[in-house]
Amino acid sequence: MLGHANALVKLAATLALTFFGLLLVTFLIGRVVPIDPVLAAVGDRASAAVYERARIEMGLDLPLWQQFLIYVQKVLTGDFGQSVLTAQPVLSDIARVFPATLELATVATFLGVLFGVPMGVIAAVHQGRWPDQVIRLLGLIGYSVPIFWLGLVALLVFYAKLQIVPGPGRLDIFYDDLVPWVTGVLLIDAALARNWIVWQNALSHLVLPSAILGYFSLAYISRMTRSLMLEQLRQEYILTARVKGLSETRVIWRHALGNTAVPLITVIALSYANLLEGSVLTEIIFAWPGLGFYITNSLLSADMNAVLGGTIVVGSVFIAINLLSDVLYRTLDPRAR
Amino acid sequence: MRHLTLTLLLGAALVSIAPADRSLAATPPDAFVQAMTIDDIISLDPAEIFEFSGAEYGAQVYDRLITYPVDDVEDIQGHVAESWEISEDGKTYVFQIRDGITFHSGNPLTAEDVAFSLRRVVELDMSPAFILTQFGFSADNVEEKIRATGPLEVTIEVDQAYAPTFFLYCLTAGVGSVVDKELVMANEVDGDLGYAWLKTNSAGSGPFSLRAWRPNESLTLDSNPDYWKGAPAMTRVITRHIAEAATQQLLLEQGDIDVARNLGPDQVAALEGNADIEVKAVPKGALYYLGLNQKNEYLAKPEVRQALKYLVPYQELADTVLKGAAEVHQAFLPKGFLGALEETPFSLDVERAKELLAEAGLPDGFSVTMDVRSISPVTEMAQAIQAVWAEAGIELELIPGDGAQTLTKYRARNHDIYIGRWGPDYQDPHTNADTFARNPDNSDDAQSKPLAWRNAWDIPEMTAMADAAVLERDAAERAAMYIEIQKLHQETSPFVIMFQDIETIAERTNVEGTIWGPSFDDNRYWQITKN
Amino acid sequence: MGARDWLLTDTPGSPTQAQFGRAYQGWLQLADNRLAMLGLFIVVVLLFVAAFAPWLATHSPTAQVLSDRLQPPSAAHWLGTDELGRDIYSRIVHGSRLTLYIVGLVVIIVGPVGLAVGTIAGYLGGWVDVVLMRITDVFLAFPRLILALAFVAALGPGIENAIIAIAITAWPPYARMARAETLTIRKADYIAAARIQGAGPVRIIGRHVVPMCLSSVIVRLTLDMAGIILTAAGLGFLGLGAQPPLPEWGAMISTGRQYLLNQWWVATMPGLAIFIVSLGFNLLGDGLRDVLDPRQAR
Repeated sequence: MLGHANALVKLAATLALTFFGLLLVTFLIGRVVPIDPVLAAVGDRASAAVYERARIEMGLDLPLWQQFLIYVQKVLTGDFGQSVLTAQPVLSDIARVFPATLELATVATFLGVLFGVPMGVIAAVHQGRWPDQVIRLLGLIGYSVPIFWLGLVALLVFYAKLQIVPGPGRLDIFYDDLVPWVTGVLLIDAALARNWIVWQNALSHLVLPSAILGYFSLAYISRMTRSLMLEQLRQEYILTARVKGLSETRVIWRHALGNTAVPLITVIALSYANLLEGSVLTEIIFAWPGLGFYITNSLLSADMNAVLGGTIVVGSVFIAINLLSDVLYRTLDPRAR
Repeated sequence: MRHLTLTLLLGAALVSIAPADRSLAATPPDAFVQAMTIDDIISLDPAEIFEFSGAEYGAQVYDRLITYPVDDVEDIQGHVAESWEISEDGKTYVFQIRDGITFHSGNPLTAEDVAFSLRRVVELDMSPAFILTQFGFSADNVEEKIRATGPLEVTIEVDQAYAPTFFLYCLTAGVGSVVDKELVMANEVDGDLGYAWLKTNSAGSGPFSLRAWRPNESLTLDSNPDYWKGAPAMTRVITRHIAEAATQQLLLEQGDIDVARNLGPDQVAALEGNADIEVKAVPKGALYYLGLNQKNEYLAKPEVRQALKYLVPYQELADTVLKGAAEVHQAFLPKGFLGALEETPFSLDVERAKELLAEAGLPDGFSVTMDVRSISPVTEMAQAIQAVWAEAGIELELIPGDGAQTLTKYRARNHDIYIGRWGPDYQDPHTNADTFARNPDNSDDAQSKPLAWRNAWDIPEMTAMADAAVLERDAAERAAMYIEIQKLHQETSPFVIMFQDIETIAERTNVEGTIWGPSFDDNRYWQITKN
Repeated sequence: MGARDWLLTDTPGSPTQAQFGRAYQGWLQLADNRLAMLGLFIVVVLLFVAAFAPWLATHSPTAQVLSDRLQPPSAAHWLGTDELGRDIYSRIVHGSRLTLYIVGLVVIIVGPVGLAVGTIAGYLGGWVDVVLMRITDVFLAFPRLILALAFVAALGPGIENAIIAIAITAWPPYARMARAETLTIRKADYIAAARIQGAGPVRIIGRHVVPMCLSSVIVRLTLDMAGIILTAAGLGFLGLGAQPPLPEWGAMISTGRQYLLNQWWVATMPGLAIFIVSLGFNLLGDGLRDVLDPRQAR
């Protein structure tokens, strides 16, 4: 038990250090960008007096270490500063855009698990034969397609030509602002408002981008499921179960798959964390106003407060999910103790 | 296998919930929906708005003191001001304010609101403030220079006897917007004159009021049913930020939007023959030019500057990459401005350029860099120029970057060549003369940094000529002065002015009554109707 | 005795023969995997195309003919022309060099850096280990693409800077891997023997530890190559990678994007090129892993 507490303290120290490193690196990046942040704030045609005033307001006349201290202090109190681009506090910007990313990543992971796990199981059962090869090839294709290109082509085919899915964005434009903002996740907000037209519209907008992201998480999940299953299928208890006369379906789907549940959760959590950040290009292609879209846009406009805030939030979520899956693994799996 | 079948069925069900037939999509009859790049908006305060999309927003929400019809910019008319008089010495303007206008808040619009709005611009001193402060106003004296001299009378004193059109045109710009003093001051924080609040809210009297602004996403306006010139037919206007021209085209074809604002020539060509869509070409005042930094030893040679003016495939670009989106124009005043010079003496002539380079002592050419914004059609133009220069022996390296990045370099005079787009700030010729042909102080720490300064072009004589033109009160004489400056500029300046912008706007044919003018604050939605 | 028999003999006469024999057996196993062979074929074609690009291309990759812009695929332009009338086929052929250049340089940077950090941390242990691994953790905690984006923004766009940015985000997993392997090797007898003979840490790491970690690093690098290509293309797509007029595939998709609706080939062709090449690397890497790391496959 003492070892456990010790491990936790160590973990906390690691976390704190990692977080500090995150802050330092983001801050340094922000200061070496060859973009004048004052210019980004006041615009091209501002007079010299306006420019100088803004520079001092932004604290850019102070020495670098002082700027960093102020920065850390502010971040710790939850103040990421104002976004130049949106004239809003960065934190409220992130609160506004994060649900969009969350919604997309969740649906995509759902699809990835829905298809990826059974595919992995089938591949393992038919190891080396054609179902295995087909599934393996499908997975490798998923690893090989440039996601932004796939998104473009999918939009061209399914929206422009076949007209079976709606275009970019989270909603058709005139459904904007029709349901009150509660969680920011449109499927939930629309359901709460009992506005099923908006709900259906939001869902239809999710189909294409989440299918594409889902494909990528499927590629990862099916491959990991396959190797986890192969490990289980070699175990003796499987043989015992078969000898006992249990049906093959039961042996595979209940016993073998059941025993891979713990590591599988870690795999799914990792793929979820990857989607939260990996959706940058997809969000750009689908004009999806999420966190990746926000960070990229801010970056291209030298809105460093927003970039740093966004990166810190993504990094923290990343750390948190990794930590969570780690803890889950430790608690659920007796061997890891 | 049963499980896989089940999974597939579930997946299929999920996909099939999406409406199958989307070809019937149409926007609601009482809403106007447009796709446009609006990521340039950084503020919604008329004292700070200085970007294209922001200017267009301001024009829908705020009424200005005076205005002009978009088809005849020389016909300056009253708007909030019913009439005005100018004193004998040309320094005092007295405006009579129209009675009976109310703000969205219900407050009546009075002379005090007008004076407050103008003074507020000067006191806040944000980017566009120079449009007013160039007439001698400052935070210290503006209280006495701009006053409400009656419930419906405003008196303004300027410091010199300028050409009256100069001052009046400046008041037609966004800084001439009238804000609701009572509402703005109710939201004042720490003496900021409501600046923090108005950045994201509206306090106007125009045909629309702000409903929601989500930066880089959308801008939504509600109609003002009590607008003094009549309620708009559209109860809502939604502008969605769509960066890609191809996506805008797609949305327009599918009927998801009524108007696409940023189509390129290739998208326009693809829309030809579509009976549901009408494409309008609106000449804009913006110019595409190359700025040649005079700190570069090669570019400082007059023959090199001249040679480069023969090394742009003007007509080829206008016929292909820029087809319908720009026309060849080679002087700093755009067509439509008083005194604009429409002659185009330069065309692509590699041999002539080579001779000039030889005269400059550079028969084998030289190497030079160009900072390029990574947006269409600027990138394409730069690459076409790069290919032509190679023929003349000039090795051009393109340094792409986003807007803020290239501008940072440009303003620090660290570039060799900058390929830029410049839009006039107001309708008077001085706006462009001021930046292309004036450079009062060429030192590195100069107070004002016009384009001539950014390219380190030291021109005391031309500056004096431009200063004289501002004070000429006879319009014909003034126009002649600008023609003279432009001719000299065309021959000697380090600016290779190439094209004048044409905005192409694609509308679905059931939309009527849109007004698109030469600058973005001339665009109006309030008369739009739909069949 | 034929070469085949010499290689497959059960009683090799020398360590060299045994080593060659093992390699040959691996090759036979790889050759048996049709997908891996397809991957190898694609990679070989890529190398061939890159080596002979000037002879294989039908046009100059940068020659513009404005009057021939956006032409569909035809006999004159096999894959059509782009927005400045350049031949897309020739651009893709020349672009293969850029792709190899990027992948090659990233690999050259990432391999040694990851190895160095990992082996040093693993071998020396103590506070060196703690510091190096904390740094590694910080980089691992970052979202990779966003970090690369931020670095390119800081360094300025360009192909070299894109390479540096990708390398900065790609080395941490190698460091982790090398460290883990070093920890198992560190206790080995022959390391102890070397230490007793008076070898310093530099010598031990360089001569004994690094070679042991090399093979797993190489396998991992092969598997990562597709990912590197995709990241580079993503940076190019965002305008942060190779700069015009260089025919980088991702940048070509980016400019082709605005013509997608009316001139589909401009964006589709380079996309297919990226897809085929990264699929090739993935198939090959997957096959290699089966051979070299049997635990994963079976």
